[in-house]
Parts: sequence; C-alpha cells; structure tokens
Amino acid sequence: MEIALSVNGREVVHDVAPQELLLDFLRDSLGLTGAKRSCDVQVCGACTVLVDGLPVSSCCYLAADAAGSEVTTIEGLAERPEFERLDEAFTRHAALQCGFCTPGMLLTVSSLLESGELENEEQIKRNLSGNLCRCTGYHAILEAVADLAGAG
Amino acid sequence: MTTIEHEPQTRTQIGRSQPRRDAHEKLRGRAQFVGDILVPRMLHGKVLRSPIAHGRIVSIDTSAAEKIPGVVCVLTGADLHDIDPYYGHAIKDRPILAIDKVRFHGEQVAAVAAETAAAATVAVEAISIEYDDLPVVTGVEDAVADGAPLVTDRPTKPGLFHGLGELPPRDGNVCYRYTLDRGEPEAVFAHADIVVEGEYEFPSVYQYAMETHTVIAQVEGDEITLWATCQHPFLVRAEIADLFGVPTANVRIHVPYLGGGFGSKSYTKMEPLTVALARKAGRPVRIQNRVGESMVTTRRHNMTCRMRTAATADGRLLARDVECLFDTGAYADNGPRVVATAGDAAPGPYRWAAYRVDASCVYTNLAPAGSYRAFGATHLQWIGESQVDEVARRAGLDPLEVRRANLLTPGEEVRAGGKPLDADLIGDVEKVAAAIGWGEERRPHVGRGVSVGLLAAGAHPVSSAVCRLEADGRVVVLVATTEMGQGPRTAFAQIAAEEIGVDPERVTVQGADTRFTPYDRSTGASRSTTIAGLAVQRAAADIRAQLDRIAEASDIEPGDHLALMRKHFGFAGGELIGRGEVSPVGTGSYAEGPVFWEVCVGAAEVAVDPDTGFIEVRRTATAADVGRAINPQLVTRQDEGATLQGLGNALFEEMVYEDGLLLNETLLDYRVPSFEDLPEEMTCVIVENEDGPGPYGAKGCGEGALAAVPAAVVNALADAGVPMRELPLTPERVWRRIQDLKEEGKWQQ
Repeated sequence: MEIALSVNGREVVHDVAPQELLLDFLRDSLGLTGAKRSCDVQVCGACTVLVDGLPVSSCCYLAADAAGSEVTTIEGLAERPEFERLDEAFTRHAALQCGFCTPGMLLTVSSLLESGELENEEQIKRNLSGNLCRCTGYHAILEAVADLAGAG
Repeated sequence: MTTIEHEPQTRTQIGRSQPRRDAHEKLRGRAQFVGDILVPRMLHGKVLRSPIAHGRIVSIDTSAAEKIPGVVCVLTGADLHDIDPYYGHAIKDRPILAIDKVRFHGEQVAAVAAETAAAATVAVEAISIEYDDLPVVTGVEDAVADGAPLVTDRPTKPGLFHGLGELPPRDGNVCYRYTLDRGEPEAVFAHADIVVEGEYEFPSVYQYAMETHTVIAQVEGDEITLWATCQHPFLVRAEIADLFGVPTANVRIHVPYLGGGFGSKSYTKMEPLTVALARKAGRPVRIQNRVGESMVTTRRHNMTCRMRTAATADGRLLARDVECLFDTGAYADNGPRVVATAGDAAPGPYRWAAYRVDASCVYTNLAPAGSYRAFGATHLQWIGESQVDEVARRAGLDPLEVRRANLLTPGEEVRAGGKPLDADLIGDVEKVAAAIGWGEERRPHVGRGVSVGLLAAGAHPVSSAVCRLEADGRVVVLVATTEMGQGPRTAFAQIAAEEIGVDPERVTVQGADTRFTPYDRSTGASRSTTIAGLAVQRAAADIRAQLDRIAEASDIEPGDHLALMRKHFGFAGGELIGRGEVSPVGTGSYAEGPVFWEVCVGAAEVAVDPDTGFIEVRRTATAADVGRAINPQLVTRQDEGATLQGLGNALFEEMVYEDGLLLNETLLDYRVPSFEDLPEEMTCVIVENEDGPGPYGAKGCGEGALAAVPAAVVNALADAGVPMRELPLTPERVWRRIQDLKEEGKWQQ
C-alpha cells in the first residue's frame, strides 16, 4: 500500500507492507538509522520517534498508521534550532555513554519539555521512565534535563 | 618503543573533564552501530533455536524452508563436516550449531540466509525438527550429585585463551575448579569465639546491552571480513581463523561503536555462526539477535555458596571457608575465569590467619554463562561482607570499626604470590560511609551498610598503539580498544594530547579494524585506560621524542610541530609515527597478577516497608579509587552506571527458569532499572593516590561499584532488621523473611 506522510519536514510518498513497522520503514526504506531496535515490546524507548509531536515506540507502531502524520526522528530534531540546547546540556553533563538509547531519549525529552511535563525531579523520573538507559544510571541525564527545564 | 624518562612538569590535559569526543555524533543519531551498516549484496540471517533444554536431534527437515521465495540457503550442523566446528576461548566445547544434541533452551540448531528478514523468519519456522527428550540438569546441586546425567560427554579440549595454566580433565559436570588454601582453617574454626555461617544463592542475570549481538560476515575465498559487536576483536579473530582454517591476518574484524557491552560482547559469540552461514550462502549475511536471543547467548552465572567466617569475641577476623558452585550452563564460555576471579574475591581483603576457597564451574542445561561487569566479585562480595557485618553485630561493634581493624593496608599480601594491595581501603570505606551519613540518627526500618572488596583486574597486560602526527599537526591514534560507552576515545585523546602537546580537539581516536589497528588483547576487566592507555601514552611520547630530536638539530621551537615536520620531510607532507607497547615482560606474569586490584567499596542507606517488603534505596556512595582520574567526569559516570546495575542485580533482576526453560525472555518480564529506580542521593567519591600502574598513576574503574552496591544494600537491609541470603531482594522474598522473623520473635517493630 502507498502512504504519504511528512518525515522531518519533507513530504514522503512510499509503498509499505500492511504489517510493516514504522521502525523498519524509517531505517530500511528511508535510511534514518538514528531510531534503534532493542526490546521489540515497547519497553526500552530506543526506537522512540515523534508522531505529530508525541513520542511513540516505532517498534510497535505500523508505518501505515503514520500516513498523513508528521514524523520526527533524531535526524530531524538535530536540524532544529532548539536542538542546540539539548546538545549543550547533554554534552556538558556527559549524559550519554554508548549512545544507543540517546536518540530516543532526546526525542522524548524534547517533546515533554515542550509540553511542560519535566518541571521537577519527580516528573522527570516518572515521565522519562519509558526510556531505558543501561549505561549512565540516569543520574547524568537527570542533571541535564533538570538544567534544561530550569532554563526553559 | 620509548620509555618515558621524565613526565611533563605541568599537565594541562590530565585530570580535566573534557567533553566526550563522541557526543556530537551520538546525540545526532549519526554514530554507526553494526546494525546500521549495509554491505552490498547482504542477506538477512535468522536462527532456529531449540525449544527444549536437553534432547537428541532425531531428524532435521529443511526442504520446505528451502523452497520459500527469497531463501538462499539453510545451514545445519551437517554442513560443518569439513571443519572442526567446536570453539570456546576457555574450553572448546561449543559447536557452531547443535550437532546430534541440544543442550539448552535457545541453542542454535539451524540458520537461514534470505533476501529479506521476513523470508528468513518464515523459513526458520518452516524447518521441522524431531527431538528425543533427554533428562534435564537444572541446578548445580543436581549437576554435581552422584549419577547426574552428563551435559557433555566430549573430552575437555582447552581453548586458545584459557589462561588458567594446566586445564585438568572434566570431572562429571565440573569443567573447572579453583581452590585457595592458607593456614589451617579447621583448627581456627574449632576454637573461634564467633562463627558465622550460611548458605546463599545468587540469581542468573542478563547483561542487557541495549544493542543486541549483531554480526555481518563476508567470506571471499580464504578472506573473512566481519563487522561485529565485539569487545575483544583480536581474540575473536584468532578463534575465527582457527575454526575456519585460514591465516589469522585473513580475518578482518571491524568494530564500530557498541551499544553497551558490560561483558556480554566479550570473547566469541555470534561470529562463528554468521561466518558459517555467509560461507554457505556465498554472500554477506547479517544476523541480529532479538533480546530473547541475546539473553541465551550469554548471561551472568547463577551460583550457590556455603560460607563460614570465624572471629574473636572482640571482632578480629580469623578464618574463612568458602565453597561455591557456579552454573555455567551448557557450555563453559568464560566460566572458568569467572570462577577463578570469584575465588580470588572470596576471602575478602582482610588479614586472615587461614582460609579455604573451593569454587567450581559446573555444566547444566541452562544457557551458557560468561562475563558480566565485575564478575566473581559481585557474586561473592555481598556474602562475605554480610558475614563481616554479622561478626560486628555479635561482637557489639560498629561495622566500620571491624573493617578498620581487619582490612589490609597498602603493600600487604592479598593472595600468595600475587600483587600486594595497591589501594587505601580503610580511607575508601570511611569516605563512602561519611557520604551516606554513617553516624546520623537511625529511624525504624531504615538501615545503612558498607562493603569492601577487591576485584582482580586488567586481564592479560598486552596492548599496543600507534600515533600518527600528520603534516597538518593533527594526530590519529590507532588503538583497538572498543568504545562501548565507557569513554576510551576521550581519555586516549587527552593522553595523546598531553604527551605530544596539542589540543585534544586535534586528536582522532578510532575503533578497531584488525587489519590496521595494532594488537590489543581485549576491552574489559577495567583495563583500557590502564593498559591500552599506557600504550597510547608511550606511542605519543615516542612522537614527542622524535619532535625533540628534530628540534635539537635546528633552531625551531619544539612546540612548532608544523615547522618541525616541514624541516624533517622537506615538504608539506609526511607523518611521524610513534609506537607504544605494553607487555608482561618485567611486570610479573599473568599467574602472579593481577595488573591491579580494582577497589569495590560502597555504601547504601535503605528503607524497608514491613507491610510490603518493598525496599527503597535512598542513598548510595561508591569510591572510584582510580589512582589518577584522567577525566573525572567520565569516572563519576562509570560509577553511577555501575551503581544502577548493582541495584538491578540486588533488587529485582533474575532470569527465571523452570525445568530448564527460560520463562522471562522479554523486557516485559525481565525488568531492568528505569529512571524511577534512581536513589534520592548518589555519590561517587574519586580517590587519587597515584598508585596505579597506568598512565600518570591511573588504574581502572567502572566495575567495582557493581560488586560493592549489592553488598552494601544487603548489609543496609540487615541493619534495618532483615538479613537475607538470597538475591534478588524482591518484595515478596523480603516480606516472607519478615514473616519468618516475626514467627521466630526476632522482628523489631
């Protein structure tokens, strides 16, 4: 089936299989490999992308369901002016290690910062709990996000 | 190779928290992992795995699978007749694919290469296999019982890198045994005022590197090329060359960024199968594990342990007796080394009159178990340290006081013939205790605990590095250390910049391509900064020495690299090449090791809810006793990551098996720590006594906290009134213990 959608601000028209996952579509058909495959069951958040501004797990989201939507991946987020703040805070706090969870983490953070859902430590811990990170122990990410929320 | 005769007077790059060199590309999703790499004509590989724990393969029918459109080939054990298909760096006990028998739930039985992942998946399901069930060996106690069924009947054949001296023949299901003896423990126990004893259990744990094992293999004639998620590319290279009968140099392994390792990608994992499949397909093939497949590719050993500790009435530690059985699953993997390291950790860093350690590595019909961050130490430290705390309770002393009185001090012998203690453990434990408010008033159901241990670290000290100073003044460091998040590319850039006298921004450090990067034994055992870092320092110092020689023969300033290069080469090209090497010559043999003793010191404050058994970890503190912190921020970040993994190991992580079948093979059922498990306060104390064998007195870190934290949590929970002898400390388990304590009249409201 053919779907039309916007990916990182560009119009895309593409054939997809009905059962094709958004993650596979982005990675294999569009070459956007910033979204990562890990748990396959919507637990880890490594595959997070934004659909109409909201974070979704693209490993459990049909590509066909994204038809007509605006999809943002890390490659698109990194082109936006507001990415600079995220970049600066995560770099300054060394809030990344292996980098495998990082794109998904940043997409969730950017979306929730915008909606004001990362206002304090409690909120940060609760609302980011759908993005796992096995390397950092979260402490550095908490510091970086608290900085971003405070500055915002 | 150049020896460093004098260190620079002022260090400008060392001890500075330089930003991670890989932050830019990782934050933008541009960092490449194996799964992001496309090789022309690459096929997709899928693996058929055993649905049973132990059985004879009666028949395999692949005809239906082969007819599925897009399928290029199906590989079974029968295809491996032209090679000796058994591998394993410690013991060559593992076939590339099951031959005649399957020995664990999830063992690789067949594999398909197809044009699409979908075709490969359908084809795998179309393979039909008939099994005859065999009796399943599910626990270490059963495995060592008289008349236990044998998991393997093949004679033990040592692997290429077992590093364990003479490997004795297999004894039933025991594939390796490590013992330590000192003095006459029984005589001491017979007359001791205090004897603490117990039986303990440690669960099977999944490392969960978020990137699963992924390999691309290409076979062209006798040239084998791999892109692999491997921590030890040079050891994998040797095993692949050995298995497929090609010269070592013909195996070329590329290692891009790794999405976490933690030991799960150490030694050889999915590489042999991917090569065998690509060889049959005649095209490159990629195999990418799912989480459930990586769980059974390697895991942390579950273990049972009996331990006794003897002490005087006034809390002087006298003797320890340890017997433990490590469940290495169906194949040894790194089990023998895990068991030896556990044996070294078992006595704990105290001044013993006598001890006896007997640690066995036991085959069962579970998935193979291997390395996971701080192996051995994590298994034993919580047990030994809980007994030290029990001694303190019975002697009526503060646990910190007992440690001050009994801990080894720098220069004292840790293990006969081994490296003496190279750390100030008393100083370390005092610092972490202070960080969690040791002396502060205690509330009901709140407890505090400390723990101290040592981990034999560094593995075999062989590493080399090359530095290239380019004509534009930029430096390229060739070193095969795998960047899996721990930050060696940043630390090495700082070291090279320091020695040569350039801005770290002008230094590039890349990953392994075994054809061009010089030899490095491995990335693990907290060794990279200490050993590979020393090789980088020596390579960079070699460049500096060459620049100094050029400067001496001219009137050019030694710092003007461009002018010196132009003078030397006579034009605007050329490059200076510096070489650095670390080898065990003159630094003691492997057997006499370790390279250094990694310090495992931590403290925790916990609150337990008596109605639910739920534990809240409020404060943690760990000591990163690193000799010299090249990059203090990255040191802290290592300890924080290890702390959360330690909490996962202590509180809830467990691979659940029933009759040899793994029940929780997704992250829905196997829980790892999330943001919500972060303690209120997490402190990392960096200790710098410049007492390490690495560059500038550095020694490794990153593992110690993982061994220290579960032990500190167990001790804190006992301090809150709930002594436990089984991990993980799930609410149910803790609640049941509280009910038992109530019945025994030992529960304090």
